Amino acid sequence: MKNPFETPERAAFRDSVERFVKREIAPHGEDWDEAGDFPWELHEKAGALGLFGFGIDEAYGGLGFDDAFMRLESGIALAYGAPGGVNASLGARNIMTGPIAALASDAIKAEVLPGIVSGREGGALAMTEPSGGSDLSRLTASARRDGDTFILDGEKTFITGGMKARWFVVGARTGGEGFGGISLFLVEAGTPGFTRTALDRKMGWWSSDTASLHFDAVQVPAHRQLGEEGVCLLAIMNNFNYERLALAAGCLGMARRCFDDAVAWAKQRETFGKPLISHQVIRHKIADMSARIDALHAYLLHIAWTLNEGEIPAAELAKVKFTASQTAEYCASQAMQILGGAGYLRGQAVERIYREVKVMAIGGGSEEIMKDLAFRQMSL
Amino acid sequence: MKILVPVKRVVDYNVKVRVKPDQSGVDLANVKMSMNPFCEIAVEEAIRMKEKGLAEEIVVISIGPTQAQETIRTALAMGADRGILIQTDERVEPLAVAKLLAKVVEEESPELVMLGKQAIDDDSNATGQMLAALLGWPQATFASAVEKEDGSLKVTREIDGGLQTLSVSLPAVVTSDLRLNEPRYASLPNIMKAKRKPIDTKSPDDYGVDISPRLEVIKVSEPPKRKGGVKVETVAELVDKLKNEAGVI
Repeated sequence: MKNPFETPERAAFRDSVERFVKREIAPHGEDWDEAGDFPWELHEKAGALGLFGFGIDEAYGGLGFDDAFMRLESGIALAYGAPGGVNASLGARNIMTGPIAALASDAIKAEVLPGIVSGREGGALAMTEPSGGSDLSRLTASARRDGDTFILDGEKTFITGGMKARWFVVGARTGGEGFGGISLFLVEAGTPGFTRTALDRKMGWWSSDTASLHFDAVQVPAHRQLGEEGVCLLAIMNNFNYERLALAAGCLGMARRCFDDAVAWAKQRETFGKPLISHQVIRHKIADMSARIDALHAYLLHIAWTLNEGEIPAAELAKVKFTASQTAEYCASQAMQILGGAGYLRGQAVERIYREVKVMAIGGGSEEIMKDLAFRQMSL
Repeated sequence: MKILVPVKRVVDYNVKVRVKPDQSGVDLANVKMSMNPFCEIAVEEAIRMKEKGLAEEIVVISIGPTQAQETIRTALAMGADRGILIQTDERVEPLAVAKLLAKVVEEESPELVMLGKQAIDDDSNATGQMLAALLGWPQATFASAVEKEDGSLKVTREIDGGLQTLSVSLPAVVTSDLRLNEPRYASLPNIMKAKRKPIDTKSPDDYGVDISPRLEVIKVSEPPKRKGGVKVETVAELVDKLKNEAGVI
């Protein structure tokens, strides 16, 4: 489909990200995922490419501008060629730099952002708890003021990038119930009382360093509180919108990969004396996948345009998030069906994506929460 | 040292081209265009020389339609310093390109012209050689390694029998082969910086060069479809088939 929002810079950036993925990730991606890890050097290469700098001042190593289309393009290209776990580990920092850029003091920005944006260091956002994820208003980790410090206690889990990150943006309750009582803190790995455990037996995203975090009377200097109690959640909410865009873009990349691999196989594989792609039942699957992929892309382009206009289309971002995960799930399922037995074998993208689609329907706001949010935005 | 790098806008190497129904050429409508891969290698080599302190300025030039500016921008985003676009919508042949480049060399006085050995659209493999002849400069084609020495370049060339090493005095024309280097992808900060780098737009008339084609394209057609092969059981059967069916022995 022709993209009405294309510019030479967006095309050039897409081209660079595609080359980066093809050269730096694709040759090793499936092996890294099997091994459950990948070299840190990749974070630095991605940082040099500019993948972590959107919306961050140049003074802190950022790009000095934002562009939802470029965020979209890079999300699509990465998910097309990189295992979800690699993609998630790289991108984890993108949901914690936003609150820092919006809320932190200049001194903290200068201390923290350059390392994270360049890819030399990792960062993670720690909100989800064993007792709840999408339902943030009930989070239970607590931070108690004691002179110039806060004493942080609680548990966080399913924290992407959590095992290797140096810096964490942690949500904890400083006041009463609900969103209004929540504050954000910047916590450094290695602080006494802060420990982490790897969640390494996962259905997918094997190469992602997902963690559970334990805070046992961790002392956090008061100046590392980001923003004010209650108010800081606005920054997080805004952040979630970009996270949804990124996850939906990832779903599109995954769907496209399933489509391309299925078509390539259907051309090559012969059944009943002719290539699979000559069978009407297969052609219909391909047409269905293609139509859903196009629709998702058009939806995302329109949302990217709206974001660039300075608006936050919260309802559309919620709707596109579940539209995207359903599209990825559909395409993964159809592609598996077309690949048949070959699709059931490990070590290739369609089998991996078939496992990964589930996390896309859960993480960053589950399909159910997204639908509920979208419904509430409709004012019906 | 100043390096001049001519670059060409061609159909992207991933695109499967289709011949137009009237056989006048290939269909370029809605086809992705990119920098010729050999030109990219030439740009990369020039940038590496600059990074090693062997060159001070890299000037990129393209001859073609307005959109060739995007090809120049790609080179600027990789690290070249400025661009020249000689704008024309005409079909330009290697000789016309070489004549224009010779004029630009006169104006710019580079010590090295580094260009791709050929473009993947017409595969002429002629521009570099013609340019060297017009300028009366030494040439080293199909370079797989380039090293600067005092007042000269040591160039390793890929030839049919293996590798040949030449020493060419500067100024010189060097054309790049596939294995010279692996071109970088431009970072986003550099893509944005490239927007601010200057590109001069000229026309062939500015250089007084007649670019009208000397060649006529009679017909463009698809290569014949490859037929499936057969397996033979014995050497005798193979010889029999080669003799009586293929008629080659």
